[in-house]
Amino acid sequence: MMQLISLRDHPFDPYAELSAFSAQLGEERHRYGAESHFIGTMRSFNEGDAVSTLWLEHYPGMTEREIARIIDEERTRLNFGPALVIHRIGKLEPGEAIVLIALFSAHRRAALDGTQGVIERLKHEAPFWKKERTSEGERWVASNTNG
Amino acid sequence: MAIRIRYFASLRETMGRTTEDINAEGIATVADLWKVLDEGRPLPDRVLCAVNQEHATPTTPVHEGDEVAFFPPVTGG
Repeated sequence: MMQLISLRDHPFDPYAELSAFSAQLGEERHRYGAESHFIGTMRSFNEGDAVSTLWLEHYPGMTEREIARIIDEERTRLNFGPALVIHRIGKLEPGEAIVLIALFSAHRRAALDGTQGVIERLKHEAPFWKKERTSEGERWVASNTNG
Repeated sequence: MAIRIRYFASLRETMGRTTEDINAEGIATVADLWKVLDEGRPLPDRVLCAVNQEHATPTTPVHEGDEVAFFPPVTGG
């Protein structure tokens, strides 16, 4: 089962990553009639303030383990196939991709539900922390928005 | 052998340190450990913890050689 979990400290092109991952699947790709993608991108505003820069801190080692655990548990629940998760760390500017999730399955439900399950759990369980710069200065983001 | 402590994000800034090592003697749980680290104060609800890189709770046992991390609610994705 192909799976890639990758943390990147430089900007990445989610569309190029999707193409590359899909190509790597080769003939296995023919077993999956559905694929679902989620791309999270850095916004230029948060809680009513313009945001110019975002920093993503993480817990090296635990982050990768948590993402793998989340994928495993969601795969057990839904039975999807290959999985790709790429997440940024370090310094970001508005418009840059923060996270890419892609799941493949024989039929649409496992890929769609799995993608939502993985992103929601990643936001609550994977050890990442955002700090942002606004015109008022720098601040830690206290919590994620609801959906 | 000691217990290795790691702090992240706003908690790292509040505590003024990234890592430290604590003698494990007399420490049974994460909650015990926090009291030693924070001048006897109890572990606040808003502080989360992990033992050996897995999510934990205040009652999770800790032992010599463990890595224990403290951090605020996570905000990735």
